[in-house]
Amino acid sequence: MIKVENLCVNYGGIEAVKDISFEVPEGEIVTLIGANGAGKSTTLRTITGLVKARSGSIKYMGEEILGKDTVSIVSKGITLVPEGRRIFPDLTVLENLKVGAYLRKDSLEEDIEWVYSLFPRLQERHWQLGGTLSGGEQQMLAVGRALMSRPKIMMMDEPSLGLAPLVVKDIFDIIKEINKRGVTILLIEQNANMALHTADQGYVMETGRITLSGTGKELLENSAVKEAYLGK
Amino acid sequence: MSAITSDMLLQSLANAITLGSLYALVAIGYTMVYGILRLINFAHGEIFMMSMYFAFYFVTAAMLPWYLAFLFAIACTGILGIIIERAAYRPLREAPRISLLISSIGVSYLLQNLAVVLFSGIQKQFPPVAMFQDVITIANVRIQKLSIYVPLITAVLVIVLLYLVNKTKIGMAMRASSKDFETSRLMGINVNRVIAVTFCIGSVLAAVGAIMWGLKYPKIEPYVGTLPGLKCFIAAVIGGIGNIKGAVIGALLLGFIEIFIVLFFPALSGYKDAFAFVALIVILLVRPSGLVGEKIANKV
Repeated sequence: MIKVENLCVNYGGIEAVKDISFEVPEGEIVTLIGANGAGKSTTLRTITGLVKARSGSIKYMGEEILGKDTVSIVSKGITLVPEGRRIFPDLTVLENLKVGAYLRKDSLEEDIEWVYSLFPRLQERHWQLGGTLSGGEQQMLAVGRALMSRPKIMMMDEPSLGLAPLVVKDIFDIIKEINKRGVTILLIEQNANMALHTADQGYVMETGRITLSGTGKELLENSAVKEAYLGK
Repeated sequence: MSAITSDMLLQSLANAITLGSLYALVAIGYTMVYGILRLINFAHGEIFMMSMYFAFYFVTAAMLPWYLAFLFAIACTGILGIIIERAAYRPLREAPRISLLISSIGVSYLLQNLAVVLFSGIQKQFPPVAMFQDVITIANVRIQKLSIYVPLITAVLVIVLLYLVNKTKIGMAMRASSKDFETSRLMGINVNRVIAVTFCIGSVLAAVGAIMWGLKYPKIEPYVGTLPGLKCFIAAVIGGIGNIKGAVIGALLLGFIEIFIVLFFPALSGYKDAFAFVALIVILLVRPSGLVGEKIANKV
């Protein structure tokens, strides 16, 4: 569905992404794991057009999207749940969901119902300002907001960051559920254990390069991954 | 202090509401632009000035009836706002905020001097419109009909604006963009267009304010926007810049302060224009974020 080839990105004066290639097949959950500063976020931000690449290619369903602006990329069915959630603090929960569907002109009722069924807490708090939610609820809202655009692929930048282990488990369960509904997932994580257990495919990024790849299971059993990311 | 009759009080009340309403229309432009770009648009007073000239020339040169002339002047001012944003602010979108501020000061001087060159520095007389300027007497208070229309027009525009900002899709996009450009883009919001709409609305409101200002104080010259612009900026800050209701409250307060200090202390009337600045200092000392200061609810 998304095919990245020989992507190089300079960001903040450094070469953040150095000639990486990977693929996200339709219907799968693919994860990109790695430490801070490995270039994971930059990769996602480049796919959405927020960051300009130096060279390479990003194809979405066969179409080159590198160099297009964010709004036109998003309108093709790609969505990003950004790092740090970035919900709109002074819009209500319901407005945050509606703004997620900004490009749509059809009825939102059904989608709002679906998001509420995934995250009942959001329904209870639909009138509250986004900024008054707890961290976990904000993450739910960020995911719900992304789903409102009816994405074909949802990219998530560290959804587990700063959340309690129980909440993290909930979020990952819901990621799987969203995937079952036909949404392809590209997940970035430092929480390698959770990510690899959830993902079909995994890539390990280190200082701007992809150093390992394989199925989630293979990577979980890989001794280098175990040592570096799983603490064993 | 000489005896103040109830008629004088009523008269002043009417004047204060009118003046405050005029300030409000201009103050809203400052607050909206600040809300979305975190920019104090110093060119706003000059947008106000230009729309007076637009109205003047549509009446005197194009010989249009006043209502068409005013309508065209308002439309031209809206377009002027969009052009200024496109030419002077959009290229600086990723630049530090201080560059934007300097650019706005540049636009302000540019427009003033452009007005001197194009329209000459000689004072012009704003075209009179009898239906606004006729004087009527209500309960011993003699006021221009304008004094009734101004608060009504302002109230209607403010209600429409609040509806637009709080209940419509473009309003939601404005509120989202004002917090976070990048995430707004991820939602598919064309942030540049939202900003252009914001400038257009701010300029249109300033134009309505300027035309009514011209009917009340019918002198036009290239620097006519400076002092009202400055005072309305103060009104926006007093109310809590970035907040539309705050701008209206700040503007009304400023109108009351100006009129009533002159009423109670006639000796101070020469310092009338300084009251705004004193009020600014006093209110900021007590409430640094303004009367209705922006609520901060941001958990990270």
